[in-house]
Amino acid sequence: MLSIRHLDAFYGRAHILRDVTLEVARGEVLVLLGRNGAGKSTTMKAIMGLVRPAPGASVRFDGTEIAGRAPHEIARMGLGYVPEDRRIFTDLTVMENLEVGRQPARDGLEPWTPERLFAIFPNLARMRDRPGGRMSGGEQQMLTIARTLMGNPRLVLLDEPSEGLAPVIVQQMAEAIAAVKAAGLTIVLSEQNLHFARRVADRAAIIEKGIVRWTGTLAALDAEPDIKAQYLSV
Amino acid sequence: MDFILIQFLTGLSNASALFLIASGLTVIFGVTRIVNFAHGSFYMLGAYLTWTITRALWDWGGREPLLFVLAILFAALAVGALGALIEIVLLRRIYRAPELFQLLATFGVVLIIQDIALAVWGPEDLPLPRPPWLRRFVEIAGSRFPQYDLILILVGPAVLAALWFLFQRTRFGILVRAATQDREMVAALGVDQRILFTGVFFLGSALAGLGGAIVLPSQSAFLQMDLAIIAEAFVVVVVGGLGSVPGAFLASLLIAEVQAFGIVLVPKATLVLVFLVMAGVLIVRPYGLLGRPQAHARAATGTVEPVIRPAPAILGWAGAVALALAAAAPFFAGPYAVTVLVELAVFVLFAASLHLMMGPGGIVSFGHAAYFGLGAYGAALGLRFLAVPMEAGLVLAPLLAGLFGLVFGWFAVRLSGVYLAMLTLAFAQIVWAAAFQWVEFTGGDNGILGVWPSDWARGKAAYLWLAIVLCIGATLLLRRMIHAPFGYALRAARDSELRAEAIGLDAVRIRLGAFVIAALGAGLAGGVYAYGKGSVFPTYISIPKSIDALLMVLLGGVQTVSGPIVGALAYHTLFLTVLQAFAWWRLVLGLAIVLLVLAFPQGIAGFVRQRYERARGIEGA
Repeated sequence: MLSIRHLDAFYGRAHILRDVTLEVARGEVLVLLGRNGAGKSTTMKAIMGLVRPAPGASVRFDGTEIAGRAPHEIARMGLGYVPEDRRIFTDLTVMENLEVGRQPARDGLEPWTPERLFAIFPNLARMRDRPGGRMSGGEQQMLTIARTLMGNPRLVLLDEPSEGLAPVIVQQMAEAIAAVKAAGLTIVLSEQNLHFARRVADRAAIIEKGIVRWTGTLAALDAEPDIKAQYLSV
Repeated sequence: MDFILIQFLTGLSNASALFLIASGLTVIFGVTRIVNFAHGSFYMLGAYLTWTITRALWDWGGREPLLFVLAILFAALAVGALGALIEIVLLRRIYRAPELFQLLATFGVVLIIQDIALAVWGPEDLPLPRPPWLRRFVEIAGSRFPQYDLILILVGPAVLAALWFLFQRTRFGILVRAATQDREMVAALGVDQRILFTGVFFLGSALAGLGGAIVLPSQSAFLQMDLAIIAEAFVVVVVGGLGSVPGAFLASLLIAEVQAFGIVLVPKATLVLVFLVMAGVLIVRPYGLLGRPQAHARAATGTVEPVIRPAPAILGWAGAVALALAAAAPFFAGPYAVTVLVELAVFVLFAASLHLMMGPGGIVSFGHAAYFGLGAYGAALGLRFLAVPMEAGLVLAPLLAGLFGLVFGWFAVRLSGVYLAMLTLAFAQIVWAAAFQWVEFTGGDNGILGVWPSDWARGKAAYLWLAIVLCIGATLLLRRMIHAPFGYALRAARDSELRAEAIGLDAVRIRLGAFVIAALGAGLAGGVYAYGKGSVFPTYISIPKSIDALLMVLLGGVQTVSGPIVGALAYHTLFLTVLQAFAWWRLVLGLAIVLLVLAFPQGIAGFVRQRYERARGIEGA
């Protein structure tokens, strides 16, 4: 469904991504694993067009080339993006935040409505008119996912959804991701927390210094302690 | 009591137009982060277009109130469309450019519109004929109050309510508020920002046009409307809080009431009163009544300004030769050339003083002409009221400028970016208005004449030498400062205020120091200029003069030490030779500025650096 080939990206002169090549199949959950600064977030931003991919890169989404397109065009094709730092509109209420994310329904998928999202994120239902700035970190994380789903994406990029959350919220987050997958969406998420990744993901790709070092199922990863020690242990 | 009520109502009705303009400015800024200098021009066009459309409609259907209202709406829509057009053609290309360039580009638009308005409507004030229904009065507390003004009072709150509905209850408004906070995230959610930005520009420009339209019956349409209102609008926006519409409403009420009562109580010092109110608000709330500290929409990119190095020896020698030639000019050149050389010396110091703030200090002042003008007026007023000789006048000039630099700078250096630019411009406009309004003291528009040098310096050659010694001497002193510990501290405070303070530097005080020194330099330049010309006028303090200084610094390059010198020479020569040859020089200059910004959105120095890096990048890849 998403096919990335030879993706390079730069911040100024710093070479962040080197020849990243990834395949994401429809309906699967792929987790990008790697340490801080490995290039997981940049990969997602480059897919979204928020960081410009270097010439020669190819990012195909459902067969359409999207490398070099504007972020809003990419989003409208059905790619949703949930940033790591949440970026809730703090002056806007929960309902208004959802409104910003709203895009027309897409063929083959049941359109998301606030009510349907509140079933997955029950906390949000109790604070419809609360400004985003007066919510806890966990609530903001829920809202940012719900806001992206309002755009009725077919594939969601989730950047470190469990980061900095209390264990009970992490539990809710895992359930929410499962619910989103069950709704027929494809998910790419980035994680440092292998335990969390194991609970939600089908397949993993390990990134280190902007290079994809390893891909395979999570079961296969567990069978290779050397890989884990080399790229993931702190 | 009746008098107070009537003045209060007058204030309310003036507040309406002020609010329309300021709210447009603040809405545009909130989303696009562009301070639109041309906003005053949209206001002016609103008045002119209303004049034209109203007369056309009245010729066709009689002088009916309804047709007038229709004309106002047409004019506002037309101005809104023009604003949208300018956004699409010009501003869309420079959203990522430095703030200074955005301001300059919109100032280029101001110049272009000025000449177009002059060409279309001519230089004369255009009053709207007043049919009986426009002259009607209402009896209030025994006094007569214009009925039209009474209606105007309602316009402000009505527009506030409409804007509230738009921003709180419509999808467009919600998207605008979201984009005000985080444009990139809004785009990542699938919203086409371009439509949003164009829409906001349409709205803001239409509000400005509406503001100009509704004041037409009580004022006329005239060519100076644009810059007169923009400074006032900046004051309102700064007092209300940048980006806050309710803040703009409160501030326009406050400022308009201060003006309404000030004009009766202290008729010659209305603007000083406005300044005091603004100062008072900013002391208590540095970001305005309802403003909040600026979240930097354009994240600090971590770009580092190039290190300022002493000029290579060859440049020093070239400078020395040029200086020697200039000093010897009276022996081989005519009197006109010598006069021009005096001006050049003056402008070199003027530009160099601004450069100290802008380059090493990172403080972009949009009102540097204030200190130039204060210097000139310091010299002239000293002569007029104290009968001091030129020698003392040339000491008085920088002192007066420095004193005001201390007061204005105290407020300005605490702020940054557009806030700082708006505030410095507002200060300059207040000084200009004082020089213009306070006829008994400053001679108003007629200026002060007969500011001649002492006998020994009266000859062309002698005065040139004096100008060179003072101006070039002061310029060299400024250059020396950049490489002194003070200059290092200033650059440290510019690059990282936090780290500078961590090693014991008081960043605010250092910046204030630079502000005052720059004011002193500009003041000296103004003093020398005054004696060179023999007269002073309010135009020395005008906004275009401040822009001249900015252009000189930019032309030479902000982050080079010899930049302002080269820039001043190039700009003034260009002005004398090329621009004066055109009847429509504003149009030419405006177009040149706009094209320059479009061609080099990162500045000329940034462009050169970019090219250099690209060349390197190919080599490294």
